Amino acid sequence: MKKLHRRSFLKGGLVGGAAIAAVGTSKHAEAAGSFGGYPDSMGVLVDLTKCVGCRTCEAACNKEQGLPAPDKSFDDPSVFEEKREGGLPRRTTEKAYTVVQKYDVPGREHPLFRKVQCNHCNEPACLTSCFVNAYKKTPEGAVMYDPTVCVGCRTCMVACPFYIPAYSYSSAINPVVKKCIMCYDTRLKFGKPPACVEACPQEVMTFGKRKDLLKLAHQRISEKPDAYVDHVYGENEVGGTAWMYLSDVPFDKIGYDTHLGDQPIISYVKEFLAIVPMVLTIWPALFTGFHLLSNRKDGLKNEDNKS
Amino acid sequence: MNSLKSQGFAPVVSHLKKDGSEWTVKEKLMLGLSPKEYWAVQLRNPFNWVLWAIYAVGLPILVGRFIYGLGWVTHSSYDYPWGLFLGWGLFVMVPLSASGFMMGTTVELFGRKDFKSIERLGLLNGLLGYLFAVMFLQVDLGQPWRLIYPMFVSLGPAAVLFLVAWHVATYLSCQVAELVPAFAEWMGFPKAKQFIKKIVLGLTVAGIILSTLHQGALGALFTYAPGKVHPLWYSSSFQWFQFFVSAVFAGLSMLIVVSTLTKWFMRWRCDETYLNNLSKLTLGLAKGASLALITYLVIKIIGIAHDNDWQYLASGWGAWFMFEMVVGVILPLIFYTMAVRNGNASLARFSAFLAVFGLALNRLNTALITFNWQLYQEIPHWREVVIVVTVYATYIVVYRAVLARMPILYTWKEKK
Ligand code: SF4
Ligand code: SF4
Ligand code: SF4
Repeated sequence: MKKLHRRSFLKGGLVGGAAIAAVGTSKHAEAAGSFGGYPDSMGVLVDLTKCVGCRTCEAACNKEQGLPAPDKSFDDPSVFEEKREGGLPRRTTEKAYTVVQKYDVPGREHPLFRKVQCNHCNEPACLTSCFVNAYKKTPEGAVMYDPTVCVGCRTCMVACPFYIPAYSYSSAINPVVKKCIMCYDTRLKFGKPPACVEACPQEVMTFGKRKDLLKLAHQRISEKPDAYVDHVYGENEVGGTAWMYLSDVPFDKIGYDTHLGDQPIISYVKEFLAIVPMVLTIWPALFTGFHLLSNRKDGLKNEDNKS
Repeated sequence: MNSLKSQGFAPVVSHLKKDGSEWTVKEKLMLGLSPKEYWAVQLRNPFNWVLWAIYAVGLPILVGRFIYGLGWVTHSSYDYPWGLFLGWGLFVMVPLSASGFMMGTTVELFGRKDFKSIERLGLLNGLLGYLFAVMFLQVDLGQPWRLIYPMFVSLGPAAVLFLVAWHVATYLSCQVAELVPAFAEWMGFPKAKQFIKKIVLGLTVAGIILSTLHQGALGALFTYAPGKVHPLWYSSSFQWFQFFVSAVFAGLSMLIVVSTLTKWFMRWRCDETYLNNLSKLTLGLAKGASLALITYLVIKIIGIAHDNDWQYLASGWGAWFMFEMVVGVILPLIFYTMAVRNGNASLARFSAFLAVFGLALNRLNTALITFNWQLYQEIPHWREVVIVVTVYATYIVVYRAVLARMPILYTWKEKK
C-alpha cells in the first residue's frame, strides 16, 4: 500500500517540481501559456469519486481500438496488485491505451480507482517535441499521432509529463508509438463520445465542450464542497488538458503529479529556442571579424607557411 | 608497429617509395608492408585479440537487434525511452567530438598556425565522433530507415531534435570537407585540396555556428522533461549553455587524451614535428580547457542558485553531484592550471582523462542516472551494453585505421 504513494516517501524531492514551476513563470513562459487550446474543443471530465474499478472502459477501449487481447481478462481484479519497476502501479502500454489503477487511501471507505489515458493536452509536450511533426492537435481536442512518419526517436515519450505514450518495442519492422487518440477517427470526429466514456456503467466520465466541463466541475465542487478537494486537475496543469479530474482525495496522494506547473512544457524550451536566431545571425559576423582582426595582427608573417 | 619501426621500417609518407617508384593504393592501404607482413603484424597485436573477442560476442547481438527489434536488446522501458545507445552514443560522443570545430577555429580563424600539427587530429576526432554518434542513433531509432524523414518527408522545425538532426547532418558534411585535404594528399588529388582551401573559412565559421547550436540543443532536449531530470542536473535557463561550455572543455580534453594515446601506441606513425610540438600544444589545449572549465563551474553554480536548488546538495543525489563536480570539474581545473603554470604536460594529460570522465558522467547522469529520479533506476539490459561496446570498438578500429594511413599525425611530403 505504501508503495503506491511514491510521492509520500519522496517528499524531499517535491520541492524540485515547485522550483521548476517557479522557473516556468519567467518571462518567456507567459506568451506560450496563452494559447490554451481551441476554443470549442471537446474534453472529458472524470469524477474519480464515482469509479468502482470495474475496468469496463479498458475493455471498451481494447475493442474500439482493435488492440491485442490482454494478458489477464478485463474482469480479473488481480491486475490492480501488479507492480511495474520501482513498485509503481500499472501504466499504459503498447497493448492498453487506458488502465485503471487502485489506490488504498487511509481513512477512505473504499479504495480509490483512477483511470489513466492520454490527457490530450492543450499544448502537448509530445507534439512540440516531435521532429517529424507526427502529432496533431485537432480542433475537436484530440491529440493524434501519425505512425507513417514516426522515426522512433521516442523524444515524445521523454517529453510527456504524464508518462503516457508507449512504444511497440517488440516489433522489429514497424515499431510505433501507442497511445489513446480519444477515439478520434471512429467517434470524436463525428461528435460522439469516446468508447470508454460511453461504456462506463457508473457514468464516471462526462463528455462535452471543455469550457462547459470546467463550469460543471466547479459547480460540482461548490455544490458539495465536502465531497471533493477544491481542485480540477487538468484545468491548468501544463497549460490545461482536455481530460480533467475531480477527486475527494488530494491529487498528490493518488499518483498525480501536482508539481508540473501551469506552463506548457514547451515554455521550458523557449529559452533555448530564443537564442537560435541570435546565434545564426550574430556568430557569422562576429567570427569573421575575429578572423580579420587576428590575421591583420599576424601580418604577412604567416603568409608563407600556409600549406 | 612501434617495434617494427625501431627495426628500421619506414612508414608511407609520400607517393614515392624509397626506390623512386610510386606506391599503389593497395600498398598504401597495407601501410607499405607486404600482405604477409601486414597480417602478421595484425595477428601479433594483443589489442586486436580483444577486438575479435568483442566482435565474436557483439556482432551476432547487433544483427539480432535488427531482426528481433529493440525489445530484444533493451528492457523496452516506456518510462526510460532513452537508454545507453543515446545516453552514451549521442550525449557523450558528441561533446567529446567538439574538438573539430575548436581546432578549426583556433587554426583557421584565429590564425594560430602553431596548432597546425594537431589540427587534423582534432578534425578527425570530431568527424569520427559524429559519424559514430549517428551510428548509435541508427541502432537506437525504432525505424532507422526513416532517418531522413525529418529532413525531407515530414518536418517538425519547432522541435529541438529537428535542429540537432539538421545541424549534425550539415556539420558532418562540413567536417568531411575539412578533412578532404588529408585524403587528397594521401590519394594524390591536389585539385580537391586547392578547392577546400578556398572555402575553409566558410566551413570553419559554419562549424562554429552549427556546433554552438547543436551542442546546446542536446542540453535543451532535456528541458522537455523538466520534472524528470534531477534539479541539480537541470536548469531551464542554462541547460543549453552548460552543455555547450562543457563540450568545449570535453572536446579539448578528448583531443589531449587521443593525442596521448597516439604518442603511446602509434608512435611509429607520428612524425618529428608532431612529437616535438605535442607537449607544448597539450599545454595550449590545457589552457583552453581550464578556461572552459572555470566558466562551466561558474554557470553550474549560477544554475543552482537561480533555481534555488541548494537543499538538494544535502541529499544522496547531492553527494553524487558533488562527486561529479569534484572529480570531473574541480580537480581537472586545478590540475590543468598547475600543469600550465609549471609546464607539466603529463599532469595536463592526467587531467584530461579526468575531464573526459567527468563529462561522460555528467551526460549519463542527465540522460539516464538521475532521469526519472522520482520513479526508479533503470539498469540497462546486458545486450544493450554489449552493443554499445561493439559499436564503440568499431569506432576505435576505424579511428586507428585512418590514423595509420592518412596524413593526420605526420605531414605528407609532396613530390617536388
Ligand atoms: S498526455 Fe502526454 S501524450 Fe497525451 S497529449 Fe499530453 S503530452 Fe501528449
Ligand atoms: S518517436 Fe516518433 S512521434 Fe515520437 S518524437 Fe520521435 S518521431 Fe516523433
Ligand atoms: S478515448 Fe478511446 S482510445 Fe482513449 S482510452 Fe478511451 S476508448 Fe481508448
